[in-house]
Amino acid sequence: MTALLEAEGLVRRYTMRRGLLGRQVELRAVDGVSLRLERGETLGLVGESGCGKSTTGRLVLGLEAPDEGTVRFDGAPVPPVGSAAWRAQRARMQMVFQDPLGALDRRLTIGTQIAEPFEIHGMAGAQDRVAGLLRDVGLREDFAARYPHELSGGQRQRAVLARALATDPALLVCDEPISALDVSVQAQVMNLLIDLQAERRLTMLFISHDLRAVRQVSHRVAVMYLGRIVEEGEPDAVLRDPAHPYAQALVSAIPHPGRTARRQVLQGDPPNPAARPPGCAFHPRCPMAVGLCRSVVPELKPRASDGRRVACHVAQGEAMGEAA
Amino acid sequence: MDDPLVRISGLRVAFDGVPVLRGVDLAVGAGEAVGVVGESGCGKSVTWLAALGLLPGKARVTGSVVLDGQELLGAPMPVLDRVRGGQIAMIFQDPASSLNPVHRIGRQVGEALRLHRGMDGAAARAETRRLLDQVGIPDAGNRMDAYPHELSGGQNQRVMIAMALAGRPRLLVADEPTTALDVTIQAQILDLLATLRAETGMALVLISHDLGVVAETCDRVAVMYAGLVIEEVSSARLFDAPAHPYTQGLLSALPPLDGLPRQHLAAIPGSVPEPRALPPGCAFGPRCPRHASLCDEQVPPLVDVAPGQRAACRILGADVPPAFGLAAA
Repeated sequence: MTALLEAEGLVRRYTMRRGLLGRQVELRAVDGVSLRLERGETLGLVGESGCGKSTTGRLVLGLEAPDEGTVRFDGAPVPPVGSAAWRAQRARMQMVFQDPLGALDRRLTIGTQIAEPFEIHGMAGAQDRVAGLLRDVGLREDFAARYPHELSGGQRQRAVLARALATDPALLVCDEPISALDVSVQAQVMNLLIDLQAERRLTMLFISHDLRAVRQVSHRVAVMYLGRIVEEGEPDAVLRDPAHPYAQALVSAIPHPGRTARRQVLQGDPPNPAARPPGCAFHPRCPMAVGLCRSVVPELKPRASDGRRVACHVAQGEAMGEAA
Repeated sequence: MDDPLVRISGLRVAFDGVPVLRGVDLAVGAGEAVGVVGESGCGKSVTWLAALGLLPGKARVTGSVVLDGQELLGAPMPVLDRVRGGQIAMIFQDPASSLNPVHRIGRQVGEALRLHRGMDGAAARAETRRLLDQVGIPDAGNRMDAYPHELSGGQNQRVMIAMALAGRPRLLVADEPTTALDVTIQAQILDLLATLRAETGMALVLISHDLGVVAETCDRVAVMYAGLVIEEVSSARLFDAPAHPYTQGLLSALPPLDGLPRQHLAAIPGSVPEPRALPPGCAFGPRCPRHASLCDEQVPPLVDVAPGQRAACRILGADVPPAFGLAAA
């Protein structure tokens, strides 16, 4: 069976002006990302701000058209943005954002908002289904009559999930769905995501900066740095033995009680996507960089030893014999 | 603690008659690192804003905040001006909005030096440069002429820390200093705070919602819920033997890094109560799996559980199983 979603070589460029009269520069938010989402599987996409993980989510959903590359959904290319076929496909793929209050209309009741997808996609029996959806996400049926401001943050995110599930989508893209929630409520929403995923055989793209949360909900994890995936594998394998130096730094940065070993602190700031370093974009911050890293962009490919997909000359053993 | 640097006792704050702090007791010793943990609205930030007289006028503040034998609540403005920045400095979550966007960063650090140490001209400039160097701003000599927008979020937080250090404070209160930053930058800033504490001997209060961050950086942790400190414990014991059901719940809500993946977390049910509609007795009662009728009778006081550990729970003891399914630690 083909994967539910296959993205191949996605590139998204933006042009921006530096300063008031400055010349235009090109910013590659996503720079050649390929990913496969198997049916019923959750892929965690992790990285820091500006690494292109949210843009990747929007490209995958077809909310934005890529400048290069293709997205195939259910074996067929995603139709052009705005076309009738594209609109019909919206029912099968949905998105959940970080800020549930921003994603809900403050003037409409929760019930009206959950029923809206049924109207848009011409489905019958909205009222009954709303009650069922509310139960599925752990809200009482009487919440249908409430307004967003009457709900707590966690309850709002549940309402957003209910609305996203209304059309029974095959694919759910969650962009930092728990970052705005309190710790105790984050756990509730992660539990809900795990349950919904298992019960409905949902395919999910879970975008987060939090490796702990990614491990909690994902079957696979992809680490992004400056518009590219630099490592991909099973969450536990990546957490226990990260291959890419950037993934190593991310794992080492997870706050850990009773830590005895000193944390590996990465120097410098994430680089500006408009001034991408040549070669491996990570090399200016990398403790292991060698000459090759400064000139040649490493390719994401399986490592010889265990098949872990990693884009690093050093981890791939291509930098042998070179002095660091 | 016999003679702490700062002793907060019975601190209460109400906005328009709604209680936000309901009698907070907290002491910070000289050179000590204390973490304050809790969810949004628990009063962890308000405690320190109230202590420094930084709350708006409509806030009703009672209780006592003593720094070195001097009462700060209701102290005259000149006294507070010397304390704020000079004795106790504070940094906040979003460095970009704490800095003035139209002034160069060197000038902003210099202003703190002039106010607290009476430095001017070349001396102030040299000291500014040293401070920026100390907080790890690369090429400090040139960067001091940069504007905040020319620096990254992590760099701006370093500038804020340099400004805080300018007055040679004895206590730095850092309110979610890494929440707005990326994880690798968070690691840099926590590392910097630990280094500075070792170099200067200042005390640190780290306010955070992240138990991991706090436990790693601090000697002692105060857990707050609904305007009260509900547990005080050494960082070592926090993870091994948390006493209060809320603390246990916060820990079990943290996704583990090992064990079977994608297992249910023992989440705390419900959500934080509204300050204007607090349940009777223990505010955590309605969410607590150990809840019993005696919990509703009165607000439980902090009682000693073990050496260096106090918790505000009526149902404590060695025979009480953990309230939430804590993984055997």
